[in-house]
Amino acid sequence: MLEIEALRFAWPGAKADTLRIDSLKIAAGETLFLHGPSGGGKSTLLGLLAGVLEPSNGCVRLLGVDWSSISAFRRDARRAEHVGYIFQQFNLLPYLSVLDNVLLPTRFSAHRAARAAEQAGSARAAAESLLARFGLDVALWTRAASMLSVGQQQRVAAARALIGRPELVIADEPTSALDTALRDGFMDLLLGECAASRSTLVFVSHDERLAARFDRRVSLAELNHP
Amino acid sequence: MSPLLALAARSAWNRRGTLALVVFSIALATLLLLSFERMRTDVRESFSQSVSGTDLIVGARTGSVQLMLYSVFHIGGATNNIRMASVDAIAKHRAVEWVVPISLGDSHRGFAVVGTTPAYFTRFQYADHQPLRLAQGRAFSGDLDGLYDAVVGAEVAESLGYRLGQKVVLSHGGGGLPGSEHADKPFTVVGVLARTGTPVDRAVHVSLEAIEAIHLDWASGAPMPGVVIPPEQARKFDLAPKQVTAALVGLKGRVAVFAVQRFVANYADEPLMAVLPGVALDELWQVVGVGEKALLGLSMLVAIVSLAGLVAVVMAGLNERRRELAVLRAVGAGPRHVLWLLAVEGALITLLGVVIGTLLTVVLIALAGPWVQARFGIALRLAEPGLSQWMLLAAVLVAGLFASLVPGWRAYRLSLADGLSPRS
Repeated sequence: MLEIEALRFAWPGAKADTLRIDSLKIAAGETLFLHGPSGGGKSTLLGLLAGVLEPSNGCVRLLGVDWSSISAFRRDARRAEHVGYIFQQFNLLPYLSVLDNVLLPTRFSAHRAARAAEQAGSARAAAESLLARFGLDVALWTRAASMLSVGQQQRVAAARALIGRPELVIADEPTSALDTALRDGFMDLLLGECAASRSTLVFVSHDERLAARFDRRVSLAELNHP
Repeated sequence: MSPLLALAARSAWNRRGTLALVVFSIALATLLLLSFERMRTDVRESFSQSVSGTDLIVGARTGSVQLMLYSVFHIGGATNNIRMASVDAIAKHRAVEWVVPISLGDSHRGFAVVGTTPAYFTRFQYADHQPLRLAQGRAFSGDLDGLYDAVVGAEVAESLGYRLGQKVVLSHGGGGLPGSEHADKPFTVVGVLARTGTPVDRAVHVSLEAIEAIHLDWASGAPMPGVVIPPEQARKFDLAPKQVTAALVGLKGRVAVFAVQRFVANYADEPLMAVLPGVALDELWQVVGVGEKALLGLSMLVAIVSLAGLVAVVMAGLNERRRELAVLRAVGAGPRHVLWLLAVEGALITLLGVVIGTLLTVVLIALAGPWVQARFGIALRLAEPGLSQWMLLAAVLVAGLFASLVPGWRAYRLSLADGLSPRS
């Protein structure tokens, strides 16, 4: 489902490679916990997985298609179709309502919109049902995203990543801004929803206490041989 | 691209405080450009409509533009008067059909007083050979019975609320100085002219004899001390004018115009000049044209400055929007969408500024038009924008579009370099 082969990546202008990964294979529906020290190239790897960055050498294949083999235009479209992404923080567009934030991927991809509609009748209904399952009160749905607490914002971000059931969900330290109680609740919801939509989850964190809940844990330090 | 348009609008609305200032400055620039252009065309229009059917204007030697300005537009003053005898001599020239002498210098509440003969009302033409028409009453007769009769222009009647029978007092010179009024010899309004859109609207017309009469007991611009000649008594004096300011000349045929002009220029008894109104107007445009270009240049600079402001504001905000761009990339927006987003935002802001500027122009012309008409005699028309105005609007819009490509391109580069994790 997601494969890395002989990957080399260096930021423009940098002398040494940031990433050198010989091989990594992730199966469909698998949940992967990726940990490593800050500045170890975790965000770079996620950019490569999502097809935003291009490797200098080697390939990253999502659903059998090498990101480098298709045009930039197709990459953007493909990312909208198959990938949900959760940032560490500042996930939401502050000027859109909560509901509109969740619906963003369906605006960029007809495929995601169709799958969301298939699931709940309409994209809007899918967004509402996700928000409800993520425990966000109806009264919040039409509020501007900037009015929400950090914990609420992260749950909205997860709902957005999951709408239209993308094959791959990438989460970049989504719990680092949450306290323990909020973090556990968030993890329950995220893992539960990924299982329900049979999405593969690649979860990056330096908080190793979370690792036990995943199918597999991978240390970036061991994986990467720069 | 329509979801992007909605996004651009929402995002811009979110930053409306700063962007409103940019819109305002673009609106002001548009206002400047449009109202300047309207002013320019309308000034030309009203100037070139002011006189027609007059072949030559005769006056004391001076610049041809100056002669034109004071004799027709009542702007500025004459350097010298001309003798009535010279005017009579010109009238006797075989190519000359008619001569209408004009005597200027007095005023009534800011409006010029024109001393002339009754022929003025039949000979003077404006616009496309339109004769003067009386809206009410009659022209003054020119004889002693009607010595203190006055015919007022439409603007005078309207702004001062004058009707037939109204008593008016003329002031010596531009007025405003205490004791400079010809208060002892009030005039009666006997006619009101229909509106012409020319300086005629803003003039009070009296007979040449009346001008002589009110100055009988004056010398060197002040009442002679101890000399008082009552109005009735004045009729007993010789009121035939000795001097006038200028004369409008109509010819029997246009062919003779240069011959008559030469005759006037070579007139032996007195230095005189004759100008062709059309030629003098062309000369005037050449003089005014330099100023017009400078003003247009300034307005364009203002437009450029406000567009530079647009670029600066959007660019400055870009750094704080890198998170926003990363989120958009993550949900499937490409760098070209980001470019689009910024370009659309700039274009919308420019469009909004231009629309508001246009509306402001309409409001300004509607509000200030009557004042400008009364003060300067220029009829500002609240008309549809002309070709040149559309061109200016289009130029601002296109320039705005190009200006917004600058932050758009920067955002494009940023979103390529940042990917999903903005690095500052």
